[in-house]
Amino acid sequence: MKVFAVPNIATPGRPAVFNPEICNGCNTCVDHCPSDVFIPNPVEGRCPIILHPDECWYCGTCVNDCPCPGAVQFNWPLQQRGYWKRRETGRIFQA
Amino acid sequence: MTTFQEFIGNEGHVPAWPYAIRYDQEQEIETDVLIIGGGIAGCWAAISAARKGAKVALVEKSATVRSGAGGPGCDHWCDTAANPLSKVDPDEWARELTKSFGGYGCGIGREIQCRENYHTLLELEKMGGKIRDDEDRFKGVEGRDDKTKFLISPRMNPFHDTNVVIRVWGTTFKPALKKECGRLGVKIYDRIMATGLLTEKGVQGGRVIGATGLNCRTGEFMVFKSKATILCSSSGGSIWLMNTELAGYNTMSPRAVSGDGIAMAWRAGAEFTLMERSGIMGITPGFKHRWYTGAGDASFENVPLVDGNGKELPIVTEPGWGKKDVDRMGFGWSAIREDVMRGKYALPFYGDFPSMPAIERKVTWNMLLEEECTGKIIVDTYTEAGFDPSKDQLQNYALIEGSSLPQWREANGGGLVVDWDLRTSLEGLYAAGTQLFSPGDHSFAAATGRYAGRKAAVFTRTANQPTASKEQISMEKERIYAPIKRSNGIDWKELHAGIARVMQYFCSEYKTESLFKMGLDSLHEIEEKWAPTLFASDPHKLMRSLEDLSMLTHAQIIIHASRARRASSKFLGFNRIDYPQLDPPEWHKFITVKQENGEIKTGERILDYCGNLKENYEAHNRDYIEEHD
Ligand SMILES: Cc1cc2nc3c(=O)[nH]c(=O)nc-3n(C[C@H](O)[C@H](O)[C@H](O)COP(=O)(O)OP(=O)(O)OC[C@H]3O[C@@H](n4cnc5c(N)ncnc54)[C@H](O)[C@@H]3O)c2cc1C
Ligand code: SF4
Ligand code: SF4
Repeated sequence: MKVFAVPNIATPGRPAVFNPEICNGCNTCVDHCPSDVFIPNPVEGRCPIILHPDECWYCGTCVNDCPCPGAVQFNWPLQQRGYWKRRETGRIFQA
Repeated sequence: MTTFQEFIGNEGHVPAWPYAIRYDQEQEIETDVLIIGGGIAGCWAAISAARKGAKVALVEKSATVRSGAGGPGCDHWCDTAANPLSKVDPDEWARELTKSFGGYGCGIGREIQCRENYHTLLELEKMGGKIRDDEDRFKGVEGRDDKTKFLISPRMNPFHDTNVVIRVWGTTFKPALKKECGRLGVKIYDRIMATGLLTEKGVQGGRVIGATGLNCRTGEFMVFKSKATILCSSSGGSIWLMNTELAGYNTMSPRAVSGDGIAMAWRAGAEFTLMERSGIMGITPGFKHRWYTGAGDASFENVPLVDGNGKELPIVTEPGWGKKDVDRMGFGWSAIREDVMRGKYALPFYGDFPSMPAIERKVTWNMLLEEECTGKIIVDTYTEAGFDPSKDQLQNYALIEGSSLPQWREANGGGLVVDWDLRTSLEGLYAAGTQLFSPGDHSFAAATGRYAGRKAAVFTRTANQPTASKEQISMEKERIYAPIKRSNGIDWKELHAGIARVMQYFCSEYKTESLFKMGLDSLHEIEEKWAPTLFASDPHKLMRSLEDLSMLTHAQIIIHASRARRASSKFLGFNRIDYPQLDPPEWHKFITVKQENGEIKTGERILDYCGNLKENYEAHNRDYIEEHD
């Protein structure tokens, strides 16, 4: 297994998760993201690359404006995942 | 393959910079009106200037389609005093708004907002913005008017009875505004950061005749020459927060809102006021779990709050829904805290959506929270994870998340001084939205942008186009490219944290002349010793580095202004240990700051320097009034 020397991963490190089966690499998310978190993939048609995850503003634009439903999913960092309670059962869930 | 690390793992090398590098290239653009910042105010300014026949260029650091604090959405169009359901008089309402917060309001901006934001809203509808419940989805909701199909919001009691706040579908706004800009021939320059203003003969205090810019992807240098320039780049989002990660460090300001316009106008010699004003960031630092931050604070608007055992709490975040006697974050919460400590209420609290009438629940969850700017992705995330508002209670983070430190502040309210044309103290330079002192919100930005656009366009009809100073341009070029010439030194994140630290120590909860002096000395040290070592390895990091230099200037202005106010003020969040008296009458005035020949000049203006709002507005807008009445 080849191990590369890379710096630590920032937090958030992966604000969006792409689905390569659905994403057509149109780069709408790259062009709409207000923080320029992504760069286009060097191979045309492939999913963008997350370059500046630590600059994400959690605005959701990448997901909201993607023309291919399911191609990208927002991925809340763990410390931002909220909780709720089912009133009937008292069971607690986390988003 | 989606992350940088995965890319390296698969390809065996880091990705090459995806855009052509053009540090050595330059583009020159000539236009009548230049707009800096394509957020809410900027888009409206561009549209209205273009409608008046001006040639318009709009420069936006992000992407106009979603940039700015209102880019993702907006759920409330506030202070719509001239809407047909309103129960207040627009001029009186503007006066009220100006008088609130101790009279430090921006009377001119408020009058424009109250007189024109309803027209603005109707224009937005024509462009494709959704403002009414046409499909009768929310029939029966409190505040819905069946004739106009407007949803009047219950928000902000005692404003409730005034019918001035309209619920809107703000996720539709920014794309509609961008489309309209395109239709009108506005030339949009996305991913261009304006870096400096050009003045006639390159002189500080001279007429503003354009701006320089940097392409944040290619590094290309841009020169914009204009007859009039409108600054719409908002304020500075993060001056006291050291964290450059997590939730974008200010959840009410996108990263691009970094004080560039303030720094540019300062260097050009424009006059500012209320720069000493700041407040603790309550819900907005990214450390918190709030709606804007990403988790789920149900204590919003009309959602009843219950404790961990389902017992109803005598509080709602937005008072007005039946519980008028409790205020938002004041004694209501401290009394509840005491009750929690005595065991009367169990933590955590929850927003009890299931107990709400179905239609109110629907409008709150599916419209208000979804349209609330960055709220849509939160609502969608919860929904996909299985949250059902008819069955589930959303956790609330009051008390358990703790209070913000007094050192986590934000600059709120400082901005450019303007006249009744929204012209700044410099000829050729106009300002709108959050770039003004004591700004309002979304509809304030929209209405003032629209107003500044038409005033600037009229100015350009008779204004000439002076030649820009070559020396000023080359000095700016040297300034902005310095960080790419180094491969080592301090990076933008460290510089950001260092400046924020100085502000936390020396211009925060404890304010005295000696602390201010230490603050200015420390910032000077940063300027002289550390800023010259700033390095950036690509155009994106160069942009962030330049933002920090704006932040450094912004911080210095704040301390200069703070020194000049030798009194404390509860309205300005300003407490001086050496001048403890709160709001003494002789200090009930605006303190202004600007640079003249590189020297700091402070001045003052009386609180109602805007004069009689109604009379002045009407005297300056006869054509507009004729056109619209
Ligand atoms: C989560 C959230 C919810 C909100 N909800 C509401 C609501 O419901 N109702 C309401 O009235 N208000 C709301 N607001 C506030 C509202 O969005 C702002 O008041 C409004 O966007 C301010 O408009 P503006 O034009 O002054 O600034 P912005 O819209 O922020 O625009 C400033 C623009 O300047 C650009 N810029 C900055 N520096 C440069 C530079 N150097 N060069 C080029 N461009 C630059 C930025 O990228 C940005 O696009 C909300 C804000 C947030 C964050
Ligand atoms: S995630 Fe969506 S917007 Fe982004 S490249 Fe793929 S298809 Fe296009
Ligand atoms: S949520 Fe917003 S800031 Fe974050 S990556 Fe997506 S578009 Fe960019």
